Amino acid sequence: MPSDHVTRRGILRGAALAAAAGPALSPAHAAEPAKASKGTPMTPVELTVNGREVHLQLDPRTSLLDALREHLHLTGTKKGCDHGQCGACTVIVEGRRINSCLTLAVMHDGESVTTIEGLGTPDRLHPMQKAFIVHDGYQCGYCTPGQICSAVAVLDEIKAGVPSHVTPDLDEVALSDAELRERMSGNICRCAAYPNIIAAMKDVAGEAKA
Amino acid sequence: MRPFTYERATSVEGAAKAAASVQGARFIAGGTNLLDLMKLQIETPTHLIDVNHLGLDRIEITPEGGLRIGALVRNTDLAADKAVRRDYAVLSRALVSGASGQLRNKATTGGNLLQRTRCPYFYDTRMPCNKRQPGSGCGAIGGISRGLAILGVSDACIAQHPSDMAVAMRLLDAQVDTVDGAGARRSIPIADFHLLPGDTPHKETALKPGEIITSVTLPKPVSGTHVYRKVRDRASYAFALVSVAAIFAKDGTARFAFGGIGAKPWRVAAADAAGKQGAKAVAEAALAGARTTEHNDFKKALVQQTLVSLYRQQEARA
Amino acid sequence: MKFDTPATTNPIDKGRVVGVAQDRIDGPAKVTGTAPYAYERHDAAPKPAYGWIVGSAIAKGRIVSIDSRAAQAAPGVLGIVTHANAGKLGKGNMNTAPLLGGPQVDHYDQAVALVVADTLENARDAAKLLRIDYAADGGKFDLAAERLNGTMPPSIFGSPADTKAGDFDAGFAKAAVKIDQNYTTPDHSHAMMEPHATTAAWNGDKLTLWTGNQMIAWGVGEVAKTLGIPKENVRLVSPYIGGGFGAKLFLRADALLAALGARQVGRPVKVALARHQIPNNTTHRPATIQRIRIGADKDGVIDAIAHDVWSGDLPGGGPETAAMQTRLLYRGPNRLTTHRLVTLNLPEGNAMRAPGEAVGLLALEVAMDELAEACGVDPVELRIRNDVQYDPEAGPQRPFSSRKLVECLRAGADRFGWSKRNPKPGQVRDGRWLVGMGVAAAFRNNLVAKSGARIGVDRAGKVIVETDMTDIGTGSYTIIGQTAAEMLGVPLDDVTVRLGDSRFPESAGSGGQWGANSATAGVYAAAMALRTKLAEKAGYPADQADFDDGLVKYGNQTQTLAALAGPDGLWAEDAMDYGDLDKRYAQATFGAHFCEVGVDMDTAEVRIRRMGGAFAAGRILNPKAARSQVIGAMTMGAGAALMEALEVDTRFGFFVNHDMAEYVVPVHADIPEQDVLFIDELDDKSSPMKAKGVGELGICGAGAAVANAIYNATGIRLRDYPLTIDKLLKARAA
Repeated sequence: MPSDHVTRRGILRGAALAAAAGPALSPAHAAEPAKASKGTPMTPVELTVNGREVHLQLDPRTSLLDALREHLHLTGTKKGCDHGQCGACTVIVEGRRINSCLTLAVMHDGESVTTIEGLGTPDRLHPMQKAFIVHDGYQCGYCTPGQICSAVAVLDEIKAGVPSHVTPDLDEVALSDAELRERMSGNICRCAAYPNIIAAMKDVAGEAKA
Repeated sequence: MRPFTYERATSVEGAAKAAASVQGARFIAGGTNLLDLMKLQIETPTHLIDVNHLGLDRIEITPEGGLRIGALVRNTDLAADKAVRRDYAVLSRALVSGASGQLRNKATTGGNLLQRTRCPYFYDTRMPCNKRQPGSGCGAIGGISRGLAILGVSDACIAQHPSDMAVAMRLLDAQVDTVDGAGARRSIPIADFHLLPGDTPHKETALKPGEIITSVTLPKPVSGTHVYRKVRDRASYAFALVSVAAIFAKDGTARFAFGGIGAKPWRVAAADAAGKQGAKAVAEAALAGARTTEHNDFKKALVQQTLVSLYRQQEARA
Repeated sequence: MKFDTPATTNPIDKGRVVGVAQDRIDGPAKVTGTAPYAYERHDAAPKPAYGWIVGSAIAKGRIVSIDSRAAQAAPGVLGIVTHANAGKLGKGNMNTAPLLGGPQVDHYDQAVALVVADTLENARDAAKLLRIDYAADGGKFDLAAERLNGTMPPSIFGSPADTKAGDFDAGFAKAAVKIDQNYTTPDHSHAMMEPHATTAAWNGDKLTLWTGNQMIAWGVGEVAKTLGIPKENVRLVSPYIGGGFGAKLFLRADALLAALGARQVGRPVKVALARHQIPNNTTHRPATIQRIRIGADKDGVIDAIAHDVWSGDLPGGGPETAAMQTRLLYRGPNRLTTHRLVTLNLPEGNAMRAPGEAVGLLALEVAMDELAEACGVDPVELRIRNDVQYDPEAGPQRPFSSRKLVECLRAGADRFGWSKRNPKPGQVRDGRWLVGMGVAAAFRNNLVAKSGARIGVDRAGKVIVETDMTDIGTGSYTIIGQTAAEMLGVPLDDVTVRLGDSRFPESAGSGGQWGANSATAGVYAAAMALRTKLAEKAGYPADQADFDDGLVKYGNQTQTLAALAGPDGLWAEDAMDYGDLDKRYAQATFGAHFCEVGVDMDTAEVRIRRMGGAFAAGRILNPKAARSQVIGAMTMGAGAALMEALEVDTRFGFFVNHDMAEYVVPVHADIPEQDVLFIDELDDKSSPMKAKGVGELGICGAGAAVANAIYNATGIRLRDYPLTIDKLLKARAA
């Protein structure tokens, strides 16, 4: 996973480096200079977000979630709890789903992030997005981007043979309703569209009941 | 979250040295617990040393026939590892019963051992808590304590250790391998790794300042049926009320470790020794010295009933 | 338009679009993350500053001093709002405690300051630097201990706190079979996924709040009253709301403090409550103690029924109206209901999804299960025997507008396979699971409220609807679009729906499950006005014109909507108002819940295996979204039955488990397949839509069905919610 690029940048970071770095080039901030509150040295962070390289100057305290929402204005990724207790902030980093609230953006320097905006757009929906509409896999919509990012990743995890708590035999991972429910349990939906979300996932997985 | 400086470490020795030389420095790996606590200013490091790129993400067979697990192996990868699934199934099972898929994708082997308590009084910085703020008192004693520990507790603290993975590690007699800032290496038996609260509940592990976990080593596999049973208030994504890790050997002996009930992952020799006598005897031995509150007294019965369930399943298998 | 006589045949009856399952029209925006929520208005309020709320560290007392020097000097800090500099603030009619506390503190985590900084990171950090000294002043936090100090609240939504009919004591005394039990329900947290959040911006003396609020017009009034500014100067914008369940009915601290912060620092400010602040800062569903007495003959026919309820709230607050359904659900000439309110200094109690019924039925429907067993009558049959087609307190002169409880029970039982239930508890095993089935009736009052809308046709013949109605996940966008499409004879795709802006006509808003029926009725009224305008323009008699296929037809003449709208389009606005049909007729929604659970024979872990139900709620406007509303509510009911409880520390006076790790709600793994059947019903006395509410019906009784299933599985009867492992183990040991 670590590229040459990352290795090259894998050096001590701090005020000195920040001072040498150029202004932020992200579209969201293109018009304003890098903001620098006194006392909090900015750190340059490069990410590939939805296939596009972005350069940010960030307070090291910035979570990946806040980098996406507040700096890149990719607000599809939601903040439900900010503490890893709800899953609304789920994004896919280097192919794996994680809670973007419990990781610092700077820790992902050089990495590739896929958010809900990267999966599809209203005109070009990802199959999972389409299935969520067809199966009414949401209500208020706030947990939905996280559910969809998780759902996409879960199908991959099952294909890759990653076991779960309900896998009867650790060496034989197969798709089932119980597997989907267990694996999606880190994404809370208080509106509780749960059975509809599972139906959407089965649809995409080609397992929908006739 | 207090401001901090950040560095990405490139060598284990360098990381340990930096940690030893900067006051208030902390390592960050998965970050799923540390950042949670930093946002609440329960943890206030001044300097973060990102150890994610140290290459400690390998799982290797040791010359002794055991398994050396790099400190940075993610929970998902450890649970899915073929050797772990085959030879240490209890560890695989414990891992996948914890947290959520997203958290397991980040959380590391070393970090999980350092996971801090879920006591709600620890989490609310306006409340007294000897663990968070030594000498401030314990809000949980006399308060809401349903989820808290009944073993290894003290007058200063009744916080529970929340990890599932660590319970399996305790069952498997893991060793925690470390390096300190001077480059000295040592292996700490997991039994000695976590400390009981006593009157210093803020001291949680045997790690010295700057000492970094590099790997966790498991001895040779223990044959038998490996099980991890976690009982909680909902079906998934919740901390244990009680969990039991067990290995039932063919000869009728067994070994047990417990989660959700102890100030640290709980294991007592007497419980293992009672393995042939059945659930009740094991529970009695494991629960010796239990100190409960009106809210968490049920955990004693639940430990026994969880064992009853495991024995019943074991008999059904036999 | 006034609805004061029962509806006759009207354009909605065509059923071309309304009543047909539709994908949500807001779906593409939601599944792609492009629907903007309150904290995400980079488009409307660029470069906002960030506010972080500081909550009180005590439950009751006074702030002695606030030292803000360190916070003020912290990096990036732009301003700090406290009671000392906020200026004179009023209190909203619907707020029990002031939203900005100080010097008096009314509850734990009451907002006492807002720190505004250039970044979220700086604001959050600086908030911790405020040094606030408090003088704590006791307080009462224990409902059970204070129960005897309860007083009778003045009235409950216009009806008396206590009601009586016949002579309960006499009837109960001579009953052949008696049930007399106490039930308790804990405080509940709405726990919607989007925290309360607001972006505020001032333009001169005009304030705009992009916020998550279920009730736009209420919100405007409360903001104006609290800030002491004219309503005309306040705009609320709330197009997408990440769940509410009652938590966002009112002006809350995020909105008020964002407004105050923005005024102080002279730029837009956004504020979201941290998740861990929500349970103690905002409202919650209050805990109850309930006593239910039922006297019946040996066949289970009820002669006397009484329901006494105790709940607590801050001074000036209101009761949890848990006895309301008992006034209407079952027969019996001798009746008594009472509500007693205890003063507690816990955070503010208020409405959460189906206030009253949601917890009232957790008690009543278990009591009915107990009665069924005591009489040896099947629980489904018992409820059928006690059906009543009129308001049993008022008598036959006040019939129900429509009531299909019996049909729900029969059809639901049939579909669920109820006949396979073994009436004797503890008899069915499946591996390590003890298996049981339970039933409970669902009941939720039907409320209607005045609701307005504006509707237009543009030059292309496309339809636009605007109303300040909100969509909190309920599906308002879609049913409003369906209503407009039906009324004007266009496809749903040709309708644009704009919601949640106080510049649009005032609607009923989202609450009390009145939203869908009332808001679509408002659109119906506006559409009728537009039909008249279009017909007049076409030169057709308005009452004989037909609207179909984008055409206005009369006899064999037709004209297109586009042509009639002309280059400027054509608009009409109206509201639907209501007469006294809800006085003359009892109006309510009904259903029957069924549940099958497994209880681990050793550990007492409970797993729901199946949930199913049949529901009658008038015309179901969009069966797809309505089903989702019902299953979601059933799940919230399952949460109340099995796991949800805010734990009160009665020493410090706060809810201890104040985050989503500790306040557990159901996750995917808790909820298997759920089955919903809607019983055909048109209620012509409810509205011209002939619909009733359905968003809350699904929670009403769901938890009791779970509890009754646990009893059937194990023989353990618990009356203290939630029914957790510790209680089950204790009961089994006893």
